[in-house]
Amino acid sequence: MPPTRPRIERFSPLAAAPAPTYTGAAPCAPGSMPNEPPSPLLEAADALRRPVESRLRPGESIRACFQPDLDDALRYREGLVVLTDARLLAVAGPDAVREWPLSEVVSLRAADRGGLGWLEAHGASGRLCAWSFTVVRAGRARAFVDAFGRQRDGAAPETVREEAEVPEAEAHEPPAKIGLLLRLMRFARPHLGHVALGIALTLGTTAAGTIPPYLTWPLVDDVLAPYQNRVRDIREDATLDAPRREARLADAREQARAPFSRVPLFLVLMLLSALATWALGWAQGWVLARLSERVSADLRNTTYEHLHRMSLEYFSTKRTGDLVSRISSDTDRINNFLSDTLLDFITDVLMIVASGAMLFYMDPWLAGATLVTFPAVAWLTLYMRNRLSTGFLHGSRAWAEMTSILADTIPGVRVVKAFAQERRESQRFRQANDRIVALNDRVNRLWTFFWPMVALVNQLGVLVAWALGAWRVYDQHITVGVLTAFLAYIARFYGRLESMTRMAGSTQRAAASAQRIFEILDRAPGVPEPAHPVAPGRVRGEIDIRRASFRFGHRQVLDDVSLSIRPGEMIGLVGPTGAGKSTLLNLVCRFYDVSDGAVLVDGTDVRSFPVSDYRRNIGIVLQEPFLFYGTIAENIAYGRPEATRAEIVEAAKAARAHEFILQLPEGYDSIVGERGQTLSGGERQRISIARALIVDPRILILDEATSSVDTQTERQIQEALDNLVRGRTTIAIAHRLSTLRGADRLVVLEHGRVAETGTHDDLLARGGVYARLWQAQQKAPEGQGDASPVPRMSA
Amino acid sequence: MIHTEALNLHVDGFGRLVATLPDGTTRAGLVPVRCFPLADPERWVSLCDAEGREAMLLEDPSALDSESRRVLLDELARREFVPKIGRIVRIAGDAEPTLWEVETDRGPVSFTLPTEDHIRPLRPHGALVADSHGVRYRVEDRRKLDAHSRRLLEQYM
Repeated sequence: MPPTRPRIERFSPLAAAPAPTYTGAAPCAPGSMPNEPPSPLLEAADALRRPVESRLRPGESIRACFQPDLDDALRYREGLVVLTDARLLAVAGPDAVREWPLSEVVSLRAADRGGLGWLEAHGASGRLCAWSFTVVRAGRARAFVDAFGRQRDGAAPETVREEAEVPEAEAHEPPAKIGLLLRLMRFARPHLGHVALGIALTLGTTAAGTIPPYLTWPLVDDVLAPYQNRVRDIREDATLDAPRREARLADAREQARAPFSRVPLFLVLMLLSALATWALGWAQGWVLARLSERVSADLRNTTYEHLHRMSLEYFSTKRTGDLVSRISSDTDRINNFLSDTLLDFITDVLMIVASGAMLFYMDPWLAGATLVTFPAVAWLTLYMRNRLSTGFLHGSRAWAEMTSILADTIPGVRVVKAFAQERRESQRFRQANDRIVALNDRVNRLWTFFWPMVALVNQLGVLVAWALGAWRVYDQHITVGVLTAFLAYIARFYGRLESMTRMAGSTQRAAASAQRIFEILDRAPGVPEPAHPVAPGRVRGEIDIRRASFRFGHRQVLDDVSLSIRPGEMIGLVGPTGAGKSTLLNLVCRFYDVSDGAVLVDGTDVRSFPVSDYRRNIGIVLQEPFLFYGTIAENIAYGRPEATRAEIVEAAKAARAHEFILQLPEGYDSIVGERGQTLSGGERQRISIARALIVDPRILILDEATSSVDTQTERQIQEALDNLVRGRTTIAIAHRLSTLRGADRLVVLEHGRVAETGTHDDLLARGGVYARLWQAQQKAPEGQGDASPVPRMSA
Repeated sequence: MIHTEALNLHVDGFGRLVATLPDGTTRAGLVPVRCFPLADPERWVSLCDAEGREAMLLEDPSALDSESRRVLLDELARREFVPKIGRIVRIAGDAEPTLWEVETDRGPVSFTLPTEDHIRPLRPHGALVADSHGVRYRVEDRRKLDAHSRRLLEQYM
């Protein structure tokens, strides 16, 4: 039994893009010897290839190969099915070879559902064999079936599958392998001046903060301690009587006047350093807050811009609330981190280094001995860091979950109210919130245990310093002044260390947020820009769809569709729901890229055009026109903001929108969109037609443009559309077949394939799918407006 | 409405699932589909023809005679491919999409996970992972994974 071979896909960051993958049957050069490249057999493992090679008869040539990746028990295991000009061979292992002469094989069928595909060979009296494969290989299985069909029909084998040169896509830089927070540095680069100033100010603040404890040393050793000792000596001198003692004390006071005169100097110095620390700290805080505000704004802008380069496919798999929370709250967390935590962190590190240096300068032996607890704290922090980062990541996710509920229910509030489910939605929100609380509780439990622990360890360090310091004083190695300053530094050292470990929390929170931001930024755009762009300019509007296939998840939405459209021609797309009509439009607009085949405009692959230059040639009218918050004039001029008032009015007139706009109190300046003027469906639709008209597109896409309105309004819209269609290449989808009577040609799609093509009369005469649909609609009573029971062919 | 008890299922020489109704009529080439593969996999099995139109709906397949039931379960097993993940070996790639290397009950495999939203938590402790091709993988009980696998998976849930 050969070892099971796992299916290994080559990993590349571009894998998300519907990259043009090779799904054809392995091309076979007819007559080529099996061991001669480019024999398709070479792709197969030795154990599978050899049995075939050894069984080939002289002169027998291989037509096609297919490698199922599952065995009969649906376990991952490579197999091999080979079609020669005489036989069908199946290899499951070195000794498990079955073969059938082609005369026995009546048909070969491939199908797939839910990620699993199967290929079956049927004979005259029953099934000969069946193979299973994952959907990854479905395209190859179909190509194998096609090759079999050609072989049986005696057609010449397709030596090399006609494959359009796939234009090379712009390379997307793979993410750098450095820490997430360090990657934020990229956004600090434009503000290097600020950064340098911030660092200089931080250094100054730290230096100023290190001075006061240092001044206590001479204050104690040169001024306070000698005087105190003298006073004590006099008081404890038993040989002196009271009056003499008083005299001696007065003497001592007199003599101490000189050293004590230095005290104001020390105090002034301390005051100055405090003032300097304050002023520098202020400047430093301001500079860094400004910096972080700009960095996080840049981060938001960059992320949002990058989001707009994603394909529709990306947005259909991501929840709106999640994206909103990434761009709003995650960038804000990073902002907080940069302005507060990072500042404190740098200050703390500098303070720790400075205090540590001072400690070693004053008494290396004592410093070394008292800092033994430091590694323990460092280890503890490191250990906690990992535990915390996972916790915070989960917290961020739960937060996004909550925003998703908001983004889901607020636009859908009519449904919520209609079904009286307010209580349930509140409950759902409450549950999401409870989850946030529970996750945060978990992190907090860990967290709150951690920092008192660090405080305790630090207290122990100070204790050790006291004990050893006392001993060193006793041993006459150091003076009390040194010990005082030493203790001031060590308290500072551990204090800073403690605040640094407290920061581990917000640092990890920021790191988790940074990860969520970079998840967007690192993602290759789904519709990549070409590496060698061809400027489309103003296209003529000739569209050539060549053997286009499109797969969405495990569904084959379009299967080998070919269609040529002349410039200025109007095509009506007809077919039942799910036939792939909208997908075909999306491919033409390049919202998605084909899985296989190509879409050519004016003879050039659309993947060669810069995306936005190409789309400037396209105008779209959708079933549910989306208007943005803004005035009607702004909405009409959306695709061409520089349009003049005259052009806007002209477009509105052509779209039959001018009159109703004039009825609104503020005319063209009325606010529409969310929170704006309420417009009817037909009115919104006519504004969207004006919006498409004003860009004067060469290619026009009408996706159910009239299906959401009543027949009366439809008539008005139809007039508007007639203006729009004139002279442009148009592809229209409509469920009311009557609205497509102006089309030059009708294309009927069924199950992702072109079923029929022709004019209305041709198709009626043919009596096929279209004729049936037409008759069904004619029987239904017309003219009852929106509620008419016209059989809807598409949703 | 067809009474499930009166229905007979068998597989013909072409490997097609054939249903014989009480009146003797037969429907061939049926594909069984579970209506609630996650919520109620044992009941509500629909028998569809090749075009996906439903021929009959069995609310409770356990009411079939034992031979028909065996045929139905065999056919379901042949049509369903959701490998159960037993161990996650490693997940490569810091940014989405990520490459997963896992061990399943169908053997070891690697796949590409497009976004974290392609992992759907299943109540109470399961998960359903859909790869870039739409092949789905199932984790029956996250708690029963080894610590390493669980930690990797939890990062995405």
